[in-house]
Amino acid sequence: MTGLRYVYAVCRPFDAALQSQLTGVAGDPPRLLAYGDLVAVVSHVPEADFGEEALRTHLEDLDWLTATARAHQQVVDALTAVTTPLPLRLATVFRDDSGVRLMLEERAAAFRRTLDRLDGRVEWGVKVFVETERTERAGAGAEPSAAPDRPAPRPVSGRDYLRQRRRQSRADDDLWSRAEEFATGLHAELSGRADDARLHAPQNPRLSGAAGRNVLNAAYLVRRDASEEFVERVDRTKDDAPGIRVELTGPWAAYSFAGEETGAGAADGKKAGDGKKAGEES
Amino acid sequence: MTVVERREIALVDLLDRLLAGGVVITGDVTLRIADVDLVRIDLNALISSVNRNVPSPFGD
Repeated sequence: MTGLRYVYAVCRPFDAALQSQLTGVAGDPPRLLAYGDLVAVVSHVPEADFGEEALRTHLEDLDWLTATARAHQQVVDALTAVTTPLPLRLATVFRDDSGVRLMLEERAAAFRRTLDRLDGRVEWGVKVFVETERTERAGAGAEPSAAPDRPAPRPVSGRDYLRQRRRQSRADDDLWSRAEEFATGLHAELSGRADDARLHAPQNPRLSGAAGRNVLNAAYLVRRDASEEFVERVDRTKDDAPGIRVELTGPWAAYSFAGEETGAGAADGKKAGDGKKAGEES
Repeated sequence: MTVVERREIALVDLLDRLLAGGVVITGDVTLRIADVDLVRIDLNALISSVNRNVPSPFGD
């Protein structure tokens, strides 16, 4: 099969076989393309779908993006079972095998450094949500006044209305500051148990469909042999705080730590909870 | 508080990593699309397509 080359990840050579039924983003099984002591994991994709123009259009098609992202993840996940892959950004495409080899050659030193840094480590995702009724409604994209879906007491006067709003707003502020404190504390604690940490932008509830507002969306790079303890620590937050929900995802390949410029200070620029107003409707 | 572990990976979690993470190859690579600005545009497009296709559970 001719066509373009889609690259999922770069790894050290490994002996174990990938699952035989594994298919890549366009249904073509991934194969290994070796260059020196590095291996690119590659499959063939049709130019009609992965040429620049087509790709640009496809990336705005949710169904296409979903299928491609899941196929990409499936390959990287299979690699994670047998080695520590360095995942590439979605839709990294080359003309041909020699383009891939040239890329490996040019970036070999950086790839080796990063692979050494990630070796034996996985990524865990931890998200903190604040569960207020108001954020749920705002999160669904509905106008608060358009969906009076629960029987709030109707204010009888303007003064009542303002009093009610103030009360609600004080309760929200209180929950917010508790949530921020909680998220900051949790992030500090988990960062201490991880080799590295990254803060992602809070997730837009309209895209995630998750209830509540996302105040912490973090990724932690953790040694495989320390992962059980890490997960248990997240699990223990269960009883800590009412109105606050914690979600754990993983283990992932170290997507969030694949860049070159990592370091302990990387997550410091942004305080946990900074994004609390993100996606706010009014 | 509850700690939730989902079996099926949510699309947003996937996109956080596949569109914002991973090694970005620059240079004379023939095609590379997912740079940050474009991704932001894509996500906006996605949000509107999500809202078109998925009726709000809180509507009506």
